[in-house]
Amino acid sequence: MVSLNSYLILGAILFSIGAVGVFTRRNVLIIYMCIELMLNAVNLTFIAFSKFLNDMNGHVFVFMIMAVAAAEAAVGLAIIISLFRNKATIYVDEINLSKG
Amino acid sequence: MQLLMFYILGFGAVLSASLMVTNVRPVTAAMNLILTMFFLSGIYVLLNAHLIAALQIIVYAGAIMVLFLFVILLLNVHEKEGETARRKVMIQFGSIVVVGTLFIVIANLAAIDPSLVKAGDAVSGVVNQFGTTKAVGNMLFKDFLLPFEIASFLLLAAIVGAVILGKRRIDDSK
Repeated sequence: MVSLNSYLILGAILFSIGAVGVFTRRNVLIIYMCIELMLNAVNLTFIAFSKFLNDMNGHVFVFMIMAVAAAEAAVGLAIIISLFRNKATIYVDEINLSKG
Repeated sequence: MQLLMFYILGFGAVLSASLMVTNVRPVTAAMNLILTMFFLSGIYVLLNAHLIAALQIIVYAGAIMVLFLFVILLLNVHEKEGETARRKVMIQFGSIVVVGTLFIVIANLAAIDPSLVKAGDAVSGVVNQFGTTKAVGNMLFKDFLLPFEIASFLLLAAIVGAVILGKRRIDDSK
């Protein structure tokens, strides 16, 4: 029997890997994938609590998070494409349009 | 058996996630992220979340990651050798903060008393229905009908937004 702590620790590790990726990578597409990984880690935490508290509300939350992630991916990738049309780069340290 | 499966799937998920973060090529990174999602789907099955496990593969690995791959192939950007941030201080500071937070979180999680969380297990009437499509569907269309409808509006707005953003050409000349 796997304890709740193991699932939560796995979720924390995956979330941290995603966060380190957002900090260290410069390719905007990979930063975006790291954000998806962080969302997945949160989903894992929801499902684990849902099982161990014997309460299925967590499943509905995960369903909603998936819907939001799909919407976010569509809009975000459209923004990346329109940015690439104007700047011809996907490296975030070369995208400095809003520099004051 | 369950413990063994958890360790195999968990180790695979962490390994492929690390490969995703460290890989230079975006396509390889996307493939590793898909692998991570498959491992996570296996862990959802261990947690009795059958519908969510199927949705994880269909929506995440299927729909969202295919969209990512389309955009990666569409942009066709040449990789730079060892592209990381130019500001080394920022990387070091950020990594220290993240890893330190992870350390504290894990130390706290390992110290949780399992008996506090086990309280819900006493109610075992719904256990054989737990996580099935029927049970989740019942909740979704009875208790959470309004959020479900709002989610459909959110997706509609996202479609319209994506089409408009994809079409528009921002004028640079002022």
